[in-house]
Amino acid sequence: MSTRNRSGDTLAPPPAPQRDEAALALRGWHQPRLPRGAGWYAAALAVVVASALQAGLGLPLLPSLLTGWAVLGIGLPSLSRAVEGRRKAVDRLVSIMVSSAFVLAMVPLVSILWTVVKNGLPVLSSEFFTYSMRNVVGEGGGIYHAVWGTVLITAAAAVMSVPLGLLTAIFLVEYGGDGRLAKVVRFLVDVMTGIPSIVAGLFAYALFVVFFGPGVRMGIAGAVALTVLMTPVVVRSSEEMLQLVPHELREAAYALGVPRWRTIVKVVLPTSMAGLVTGVTLAVARVIGETAPLLITVGITDSSNFTLFDGRMATLPVFTYSSIMSPGVPPEPSIARAWGAALVLMLIVMVLNLVARLVTYFFSPKGKR
Amino acid sequence: MSMRSVLRDSVPTPVPTPAVTAAGGGSRRPAIGIDVEDLDIYYGDVQAVRGVTLAIPAQSVTAVIGPSGCGKSTFLRSLNRMHEVAPGARVDGTVRVDGRDLYAAGVDPVLVRREIGMVFQRPNPFPTMSIRDNVLAGVRLNGGRLKKDAAEAVVERSLRGANLWDEVKDRLNRPGAGLSGGQQQRLCIARAIAVEPQVLLMDEPCSALDPISTSAIEDLIGQLKSEYTIVIVTHNMQQAARVSDETAFFNLAGVGEPGQLVESGATTKIFSNPDNPSTEAYITGRFG
Repeated sequence: MSTRNRSGDTLAPPPAPQRDEAALALRGWHQPRLPRGAGWYAAALAVVVASALQAGLGLPLLPSLLTGWAVLGIGLPSLSRAVEGRRKAVDRLVSIMVSSAFVLAMVPLVSILWTVVKNGLPVLSSEFFTYSMRNVVGEGGGIYHAVWGTVLITAAAAVMSVPLGLLTAIFLVEYGGDGRLAKVVRFLVDVMTGIPSIVAGLFAYALFVVFFGPGVRMGIAGAVALTVLMTPVVVRSSEEMLQLVPHELREAAYALGVPRWRTIVKVVLPTSMAGLVTGVTLAVARVIGETAPLLITVGITDSSNFTLFDGRMATLPVFTYSSIMSPGVPPEPSIARAWGAALVLMLIVMVLNLVARLVTYFFSPKGKR
Repeated sequence: MSMRSVLRDSVPTPVPTPAVTAAGGGSRRPAIGIDVEDLDIYYGDVQAVRGVTLAIPAQSVTAVIGPSGCGKSTFLRSLNRMHEVAPGARVDGTVRVDGRDLYAAGVDPVLVRREIGMVFQRPNPFPTMSIRDNVLAGVRLNGGRLKKDAAEAVVERSLRGANLWDEVKDRLNRPGAGLSGGQQQRLCIARAIAVEPQVLLMDEPCSALDPISTSAIEDLIGQLKSEYTIVIVTHNMQQAARVSDETAFFNLAGVGEPGQLVESGATTKIFSNPDNPSTEAYITGRFG
């Protein structure tokens, strides 16, 4: 290309242009690109800059990180603008923004996980899982009573709210339609979804005071409070799952002369079983960590109590709260137990989520296999 | 069928069944015809079909043709009260099945549908059930208990009836949703005939299928008509001409007007020498 415009040799015919085969094949389509992985290199460079600022120049962490991020966010798009053109530069800029937002959102999550695991893991021992806090002062003791309390109260809440929520959802999808009653129920469920957990706790407490007098504490009251919180979640998720069942399947059953209730029990529910179970599991995971309502209705105790209908019970969230807030002397073992209980609670929720996934996998309708 | 007495109670004067045309020899039991008289169908305030009077003969194939939106499917669904599944749907006029009024007070649509089966446009096997359970769905879902060998007999008879037995006999426990589209549709036909209906309604049963599957289903319809009264809605004129004995042509009375029956009669006549010019125009492809 560069040989053509030499001044002087006007008489000589221009030499036959040395056409590059590759360039010919890409006429009008060719656009230089930054090397593959340029984004990763730039990110690595930004990290290097940030750590150099912090370690080398002694800047605080936040300014160093921001400077590194600015190097990445301004440097890479500018370079890209010069080499690749405007469209690619915008692409890289937006990619950086999106990835940054993702990393930012992950920071608290990872931080929580790390803190809980770091502080909770050393406490876990066979004694921690098999002993209650009865007659324990200082070191030792465990969360046996709190694990059982959480399991029993949450199970009782599930036993109450799952039939209630599922039947409500069946009414809304299969019978209510767009009728007035269905609209009212939907609205009330929406309102219930927004009830603060402390209000649910107060409601359950007030309800039990009516029957048992002031100062009542029992596990079932906590289960009622959790039911108030859990039912709307179950209704909402079940309603969505039931609506996903194709109308053709219901028609197919009707056309075989199957009554409506049998169609629901034998066709609609089995078809949506995976989604229903997942929804229930997630609702359980949602309420298992509730502290405020249980604090009011169930309280806390040091001993094991397996009776939902008689007196205080320990639960993992309330145990964590009270271990931190009133640790006793010396405080360290109690605080360590609080971290351990938090870790166990987190593990239970994680296991529940895993179970939900397994259920989805095994229960979902089988197509080509 | 024991439920027949339930229906019969509501009918004071039995109307004689229409003449049987093209009755196949050796049928197990006489199928029944349908008499439709001045039928109006509404969805809420909207009238979808107006003034249909049609005699559907027993043990024959009646094709319902017409442009989209003219109420063919609505009419078909009113023949086993499936249109009531849609909210606000109602009907004026009479439909007599074997002389019994379908819309008389006290008639249970669930019992009607056990006698008048239906096959839909899109194959809809139950996804949670195996091939065997799909065939038995009608019996099982209705609370019927079958001994194992009786159930096997129903499965084999229904699948053979739907020309599907040889293709699936080795994998009856596999999910029904794993079959091809044409096989799924034949599975749905097997499911429909497993409850031994008298009438089989088919709502564009081949429109989602390829030509080979379509041909398989058409052959099947030809075999089934010796035992069942078949009403088939189709957009495919060649199909109507191939499979049906009688043809009914529906059309819109005008833009925004309800659909109505324009003409009905023997398929050979409708396709060769129709009385109404709009029938001829539709059949020859000049509109619709």
